[in-house]
Amino acid sequence: MPSGKEIRNKIKSVESTRKITKAMEMVAASKMRKAQDRMRAARPYGEKIRLVAGNLSHALTDYRHPFLTVREQVKTIGLITVTSDKGLCGGLNTNVLRLALTKMKEWDAEGKKLRVTTIGNKGLGFMQRAGANIVSQLTGLGDTPHLEKLIGPVKVQLDAYMKGEIDVLYIAFTRFINTMKQEPTLYQLLPLSGDLVGGESNRWDYLYEPDAKAVIDDLLVRYVEAMIYQSVAENMASEQSARMVAMKSASDNAKNVIGELKLVYNKARQAAITKELSEIVGGAAAV
Amino acid sequence: MSFPGALRAWDTAQQGKTMAIRVHVDVVSAEELIFSGETDFAVFPGEAGELGIYPRHTPLLTRIRPGTVRLKVPDRDEYEMVYVSGGMLEVQPALITVLADTAIRAHDLDEAKAMESKRRAEEALKNRSSEVGLATAEAELAQAVAQLQAIKRLRKRH
Repeated sequence: MPSGKEIRNKIKSVESTRKITKAMEMVAASKMRKAQDRMRAARPYGEKIRLVAGNLSHALTDYRHPFLTVREQVKTIGLITVTSDKGLCGGLNTNVLRLALTKMKEWDAEGKKLRVTTIGNKGLGFMQRAGANIVSQLTGLGDTPHLEKLIGPVKVQLDAYMKGEIDVLYIAFTRFINTMKQEPTLYQLLPLSGDLVGGESNRWDYLYEPDAKAVIDDLLVRYVEAMIYQSVAENMASEQSARMVAMKSASDNAKNVIGELKLVYNKARQAAITKELSEIVGGAAAV
Repeated sequence: MSFPGALRAWDTAQQGKTMAIRVHVDVVSAEELIFSGETDFAVFPGEAGELGIYPRHTPLLTRIRPGTVRLKVPDRDEYEMVYVSGGMLEVQPALITVLADTAIRAHDLDEAKAMESKRRAEEALKNRSSEVGLATAEAELAQAVAQLQAIKRLRKRH
């Protein structure tokens, strides 16, 4: 049986751990609210640009952008993984990377090559160990995602797509459903999927300034960037809520451990007193 | 007599209606909604020069330069000013959408950012301590998942 002092020390150490997890929980909770606001603030742009891109694909344009045409043969696949920079957020990164890895194995079995872009430290470390071909990366995004930082890494993949070095582009990230629930998601960014392409052409077309090609090129690049930004913002909201939940359960667990330790401590104290008493009584009887 | 007064009121109401040919303008950037509302007239810094647009304009799609968007909001004398660092402008007869950029965009700048990102990826690849391959990575993940499940079970018991 451990002595009283040992148990007291143990209790103290668990208590200080609990203080830290509790503080992290509170920090994550306040960051989560901001991250959710940012995620919502990004929505109008996404909706607007989808509308404009939709109008564009319905307008009578003789210029067909490569982003809108599906390629017959898929040889190389581009993948963007969005993960967090820091850990201690439950199964967030593990789940999304597992999803990516299952797909990667499938593609590997089909003999398709892969070019990976990682956003976030955790994904970078994982892809490095997995020996994936990382073409661009971004870490240290901080608490606020800025589109400006995303432009570079994304452009590497978009250029590769335009040059025919990759034939499809996927993105893997964690979709934010609510505070308790986040879902790892993988979806196809390029070529732009069904809801945009096709349908009946309208009678009208835009006036383009300076010319159709330049304007459409710019618009579609922004469209893809906006979708990636939205994914990153959503991933960040997911990260903070996952961290909050993980830290909350850590604090709860610490509380339970403290309770159990206190019980053991009191028992040990009682035992010591009883022992001392019986010794005194025994001694008195002997005299 | 009350009749002329009523007539006048009807007249102003009609005038209000005929004047209400307005166009809805949305200025959005990837990070936030900047402006949304009805306007009588709007001026945009188009790539080929300033564009003044009245309601019922023909569909137009163009790039805009960094500059100020001026919006004539009904019932207000001054223009509403919004600064944008470039972007796209879509005009429909009843709806104008400005997709504003949050960063200054230029081909060389974008190119430099892409190169930087590539360089960092290459650096990271050079620094990798050991390559373990897909199989080992999967094993690591499986372990992490197992740990998580164990934690979940523990949590339920408490």
